[in-house]
Amino acid sequence: MTPEPVLSVERLVIEVPRTGARVVDDVSLTVGPGEVLGLAGESGCGKTTLSLALLGYTRRGLAASSGRIRVGDRSLLEMDEDALEHERGSLVTYVPQDPASALNPALRVGTQLEEVISFHRRNEDRAGRRVLVTKVLEDVGLPTTRSLLESYPHQLSGGQQQRIAIAMAIVNRPRLIVMDEPTTGLDVTTQARVLQTIRDVCREHGGGVVYVTHDLAVVSSLAIRVAVMYAGRLAEVGPADQVLQRPAHPYVHGLLQAVPDIEGRRELTGIPGQAPDPGRRLEQCLFAPRCPLAVEECRQAIPPPVAVGEGHRAWCIRVAEQAGARVAAGPGVAPREVAAEGSGALLAIDDLDAGYGSRPVLHGISLSIPIGASLALVGESGSGKTTLARCIAGLHTGYTGTISLAGAQLARAARARPAAAREAIQYVFQNPYSSLNPRRSIEQSIAQPLHYTEEHPDRAEIDRRVSRALDSVSLSAAVRRRFPHELSGGQRQRVAIARALIVEPRLLVCDEVTSALDVSVQAVVIELLDELRRRRGLSMLFVTHNLALVHSVADEIAVIEEGRILERGPVERVLARPTSEATRALVANVPRLAPVASGAG
Amino acid sequence: MTAQRETAPPAPRRSRALWLDVLARTCRSRRGQVGLALVIPIMLIALLGPFVAPKSPTAFVGLPYAGPSSEAWLGTDGIGRDVLSRVLWGGREILALAVLATVIGIVVGTALGTTAGYVKGALDEAIMRTLDVALAFPQIILALLLVSIIGPELWLVCLAVAAIHAPQVARVARAATLRTVEQDHVKYAEAFGIPRRRVILGEVVPNIISPVMVETGLRLTYSIAIIASLSFLGFGLQPPSADWGLMVNENRIGIQQNPWPVVTPIVLIAILTVGVNMFSDAVARSALGIEAPIAPPSMSGSDDALGGAEHVATEVPAS
Repeated sequence: MTPEPVLSVERLVIEVPRTGARVVDDVSLTVGPGEVLGLAGESGCGKTTLSLALLGYTRRGLAASSGRIRVGDRSLLEMDEDALEHERGSLVTYVPQDPASALNPALRVGTQLEEVISFHRRNEDRAGRRVLVTKVLEDVGLPTTRSLLESYPHQLSGGQQQRIAIAMAIVNRPRLIVMDEPTTGLDVTTQARVLQTIRDVCREHGGGVVYVTHDLAVVSSLAIRVAVMYAGRLAEVGPADQVLQRPAHPYVHGLLQAVPDIEGRRELTGIPGQAPDPGRRLEQCLFAPRCPLAVEECRQAIPPPVAVGEGHRAWCIRVAEQAGARVAAGPGVAPREVAAEGSGALLAIDDLDAGYGSRPVLHGISLSIPIGASLALVGESGSGKTTLARCIAGLHTGYTGTISLAGAQLARAARARPAAAREAIQYVFQNPYSSLNPRRSIEQSIAQPLHYTEEHPDRAEIDRRVSRALDSVSLSAAVRRRFPHELSGGQRQRVAIARALIVEPRLLVCDEVTSALDVSVQAVVIELLDELRRRRGLSMLFVTHNLALVHSVADEIAVIEEGRILERGPVERVLARPTSEATRALVANVPRLAPVASGAG
Repeated sequence: MTAQRETAPPAPRRSRALWLDVLARTCRSRRGQVGLALVIPIMLIALLGPFVAPKSPTAFVGLPYAGPSSEAWLGTDGIGRDVLSRVLWGGREILALAVLATVIGIVVGTALGTTAGYVKGALDEAIMRTLDVALAFPQIILALLLVSIIGPELWLVCLAVAAIHAPQVARVARAATLRTVEQDHVKYAEAFGIPRRRVILGEVVPNIISPVMVETGLRLTYSIAIIASLSFLGFGLQPPSADWGLMVNENRIGIQQNPWPVVTPIVLIAILTVGVNMFSDAVARSALGIEAPIAPPSMSGSDDALGGAEHVATEVPAS
C-alpha cells in the first residue's frame, strides 16, 4: 500500500557490550518518502543514540548488537567505516543541535559548503559547485552574496549558522536527514521557512526527515508522524494529530499534560517519579512505576505493541483505559489575584543601570515586587534579565541606582549586606548540576547556609530544619546522605530550592530554574514553587525566557528587551493584548500544542 | 522489586571522599599496582632498614673497597664501612625530605593558586607574576644557590625544594580554581555572604582535589630526584651519615674495586622514582575517569549529540 520506505529500522538494540545494558531496546520504525518523523522523548530516553545510529554511528562504549537499519536500499549496520564515510553526507545527513560547534571556525562557510559537494560529487566542477551553493542558499533563505560565502562562522548570527548547517545537510539531496532540534534557535518566520524547505526537499527527492526533539509542541507544528521514546523503548508511534490529541500511552498523555500552555488553558501537571536508569533491563513495562493506570500485569512482561488506529501503535496493555482520557482542556488556570497595591513593596528597584565594564546591559530599570506577589521577568537571552537577577542577589555589583528590600536600601555586594537581608533574598540557579557542590552530601548542602546565620543553630536544630526543608520540597529522607550526582535533575533542583527555603526567605529569585529540566520534571518543579508561594506567602521573581510557563507561576509579568523594561502588567492582560512589538513577537514565538492538520500539507 | 526502588534513586555508590575513590581506583589499575610494587619495597627498605641492618653504618668492618663477602654482603666502601648497612640506613632522610618538601610545596602552592584564582584582579596578578619570576630560574640552580648561601641544613633543603614546587603547583591549582569558581555553588556561597576563606576551603579546594593529587605524585618524583642530586653534591646530609645520594658521591672513585656502594643507591633511587611516577600517572588516569561522570552535563534540556556520550559509556558499566 505504501511505497518503499526511505528508512526502516527493525528491532534495533544498542547496548553497552560489557554489561549488556540496553540504551536502545527493540526499536522498529519506518519513514516513508517525503515524510517527517518527530522523534520525541525526555533526556536519557535514547533518542540521540538512536538518531546517531541512523548515521551508522554508535558512541564509544556502545554497539548495535542486533537489528537492522536500512536507508533506501543500503543496510547501514553492515557497512564498514569507509563505506559509511561515503554515505554520510550524501545518503544520510545530520544537522546537529548547536550550529556553532558544527561548523569549522577556521574555514569560510562557502568553502565548507563546497567541500561537502566536492567530497560526494567528484565530477562536479567549480562552476557547477557554485550553482549548487547558490541554489541551496536560496533554499534556506540566506542571501547568495559573496560576502556571506566569504564570512567565517563567527561572523554570522546563530540563525544564519544554523541555516548554513542545514544547507550543508540538504545540498547533496540525501535520502534521509537526521535533525537534532535544529530550529530551536531560529525565529518563527525563519523556522517556518526552513521547515518548508526541508519538506520541499523531501518531497522533490522522496527523502525523509527524522526530527529529534524533547519538545512536543515543536513536534506538533511540523511532524507528520511522531514516535515517542521512553527509557530506550518506543512508547507510542502514530500520526502526529492522533498521538497529540488522543495519546494512547499513559506516558505520552502525562507528557502532554506537562507541556506548559501559553493560553493557560490547562493546569500544569507533572509526572511523579523519574525515568529508570538508562540501560536497566527489566522484563516489564518500564513506565509502570510511574503510571497511574498500571496493573499487576504491566509488571509481568514487556508490553507488546497494540494497534490503536491507522498506523498508530502504543506499547501499552492499558490503551483501552487510556483511550477515554483526552488531553483535557480542563478547568484551566484560575485567574490570579494580584496583590493589593496597598500591601507595600517587598523589593523595589529604582532607576538601575548596570553593565559589565564599559558595556551597558541594563538601562533605567524600575520595578517593584509587592509582598506575596510573583513577578515573571521575561526576555530573550542577552536581554539582561539574569544580570538584573544577579544585581538583586548581590552577585553583580557594577550598577548604579538603588535596590531596596522592605524599604531599606541594600548594599551592592552580598557580603556588605546585613545577614538578615542575605537570608531574606534567596537565589535559585538555572543549572542544578552546578549549583550544588558535588563534594557535599545533600544534607550538608541544605544545611550549609545555617552555619552562617546569626542564630547559630545547634546540631539537633539543623537536623530538624533540614528534615522540614526536605519535606517541603517532597523529597524523602533517603536522599540526605546522597551526593548530587546520584540524583536526577529534578531532584537536584528541589534540593537547591530546599537550601533556599531553610533560611526562611521572603523573596525567591528563580533564574530559569526549569530550563535545564525535562518537561515532565519542569511541571513538577513549577507546581512545587507555586504551592510554596501560596503556602508561605513568599514573593518570587521568576526569570524565564519561556512565556508559556508564566501562567503557572506569576501574577505579573515584566518584559525586558535590550536592558529595558518594555511593558509590565498582569499576566492575562500582557499575554492577551501585548502593547509592544517585542512582546507580540515573544508571544508568537512560543511553540504551541496545536492541531497539526496543516503540517501535513 | 521496583516498588521500593521507586522513591529512592540508585543505591549510593560513591559516597566516600573523592580522593579515597581516586586512590581506590588507582590501586585497582594495573599501572597503579606496578607502581606500588616498585615503591613499597623501597619504602620498606628505607623505613625498616635501620632496624634490620647487620652493622652500624659508621663502623669500620674491613678494608676499603673490599668486594662482597659473607661478612659484608655488598662489600665495603672507601673507608671500610659495610655497604649493606649504609644502604639500609641511607634511605630515611631522602624519603622523609622528599615527602615533606612535596607536602609543603603542595600546600603552599595550592593556597597561592586558589587564592589567586578565586580573588582574581590585582592580587592574582601580583601572585602569579611573582611566581612566574621564580619559575624563570632553573630550579636546581635556585636550590643550589640557596643552600650554598645559607649552608647545608636539612630544613633548608626541604624548604628550597618546596619553593621549587610551589609555583608549578600554584599554576595548576589556579587553572582548576578558575573553572570551579564559575560553578553556581560558588556563586551561591557568595550570594549568601559566606567568608572568602570558607568559600575557598569549602567550595573550591574539594573540587580541585584531583588535579592537585596528580600534581602531588609528579612533584614527589621530582622531589626525590632533586634531593638525591643535592645530597650527591654534598648539600644534604653530611658525612659520616649514611645517605644514598652521598654514598654515590663518596664512592664513585672506587667504582672499579667495588661497584656496589655506587650501584645499589642509584638503582634504589631509580626504582623509587619510576615507581612513584607510575603510581602518580595511574592516579591521574583514575582521577580523570572518576571526574567525567560527575562533571556537569550540558545546560540544554536535551542531551546533546556527543557530549552526553561519555555519560552512558562510563556511567553504565559502573552501576
